[in-house]
Amino acid sequence: MFPARYWREIPQRYRLEANKCKKCGYIGFPPRLVCPKCGGREFEPIKLKSEGKLLTYTIIRVPPSGFKDQTPYAIGIVELDDGAKIMAQLVDVNLEDIKTGDKYHIEFRKVQSDGHSGILAYGYKFVPVR
Amino acid sequence: MRDVAVIGIGMNKWGELWDKSLRDIFTEAALKAIDDGGVDHIDSMYIGNMSSGLFVGQEHLASLLSDYLGQGPIPATRIESACCSGGAAFRSAFIDVASGMNDIVLAGGVEKMNDIGGDGATFALATAADQEYEVYHGVTFPGLYAMMARAHMERYGTTRKQLAEVAVKNHENGSKNPLAQFPFKTTVEGVINSPMVADPLTLMDCSPITDGAAAVILCPADMVKDYKNHPAVKIIGSGHATDTIALSTRDDLTYLKATEIAGQKALKMAGKRLSDIDLCEVHDCFTIAEIIVLESLGFFERGKAAAATEAGETRIGGKIPINTSGGLKSKGHPVGATGIAQIYEIVNQLRGGAGERQVKGAKVGMAQNMGGSGGSTLVHILEVM
Ligand SMILES: [Zn+2]
Repeated sequence: MFPARYWREIPQRYRLEANKCKKCGYIGFPPRLVCPKCGGREFEPIKLKSEGKLLTYTIIRVPPSGFKDQTPYAIGIVELDDGAKIMAQLVDVNLEDIKTGDKYHIEFRKVQSDGHSGILAYGYKFVPVR
Repeated sequence: MRDVAVIGIGMNKWGELWDKSLRDIFTEAALKAIDDGGVDHIDSMYIGNMSSGLFVGQEHLASLLSDYLGQGPIPATRIESACCSGGAAFRSAFIDVASGMNDIVLAGGVEKMNDIGGDGATFALATAADQEYEVYHGVTFPGLYAMMARAHMERYGTTRKQLAEVAVKNHENGSKNPLAQFPFKTTVEGVINSPMVADPLTLMDCSPITDGAAAVILCPADMVKDYKNHPAVKIIGSGHATDTIALSTRDDLTYLKATEIAGQKALKMAGKRLSDIDLCEVHDCFTIAEIIVLESLGFFERGKAAAATEAGETRIGGKIPINTSGGLKSKGHPVGATGIAQIYEIVNQLRGGAGERQVKGAKVGMAQNMGGSGGSTLVHILEVM
């Protein structure tokens, strides 16, 4: 992964920086210049809520390179309490115990390793709320 | 706009074509289409191809292929829209002829996917999803469709067995297609017990990695009298729509909005209803995709396509035969070629040339070709003239 490509997304991956349409409330993550719902161009910066419920998930058993040491792993879509829906891995949970509708919260973790000498890539993952 | 007909079709046997190059695979299919149509030249061409740059390290593809097809200076353009690059190339060719800009136009599709190996192919295919907000987190294409499958199963009660029935039916059809990559039959147990790829989808829920090409020749409908090799088939409807490429930002994980919109546009243009359609090729990149596409096109109510498939309504001889070619599942899925191969099957059926898998008396056929997890869709409707 090219360092600039990684670096550009840090505000989202490390700090969940998003924006909210001033007209209709749509949340852009990553932040958008135009609202896809109402066409509005005025936004206010927000930080995503860090809790939400699991909408759907799968368990990846044939992984892409960069994820082989984590396989099998769960990945799912969580609808956060502010309505934004994002995809990330589900961790610190037994794969057979995962259920849609359960509450998860976001933690900052290592996501993938880019080869032996490449960068370590970090970001958000979902951990069950106990 | 002029009326446009398809007068020639060409396709070769798909599979792992280790001894053939991308340019040769394409040229063989294109020559078949040219000979089938009985044309002595083409005025322009459009090539559907998702990722020759990643799969074989070759960009600038359309010029390379027009050169190797011996068509030298004609305008040639590569069209990319992930797995519906072929359908998008077909639409571009249709518009080119309909507009009056060109008369004899070739629409082709080609993908050479095996050279790069499994990890490379997984990477290339994943570029059709959101790199920074989906692929970054380790999702694969089977994973995206698996998430749609789970959502559909939990909302509508769609069963694991019903998903398997899609693969069983498509392999049954594909066993009668001599050009299919995997022309074998399978069983519900065979699908369910194959290795798990992304729960709940197994290997046999997934379309394969394929080398292959297909091509068709279009011309103005009022010129078909000059080319009498076969009954001509008219393009009566074309619909194209897009959606978010990130699955997570969709309003409904159990539905494909772009497919609904493209289908409605194509029907409106054709002046037809779904009940007029005699057969349909749909984009079954995964078994769940066929189910959701059938509901999004409107052939079945939401949540009802899986039960209808289990009841045999989508078999040849059923209410609406779906994927008579074997679909992506059995025929193979060289991504950029798939949309053109769907047109090949529909034209072949409307001509009455599909042999053992012929839908008797077929007059009107539909093809639905989809990119990524549904972020783009083409729907075309054809009718025998
Ligand atoms: Zn808005």
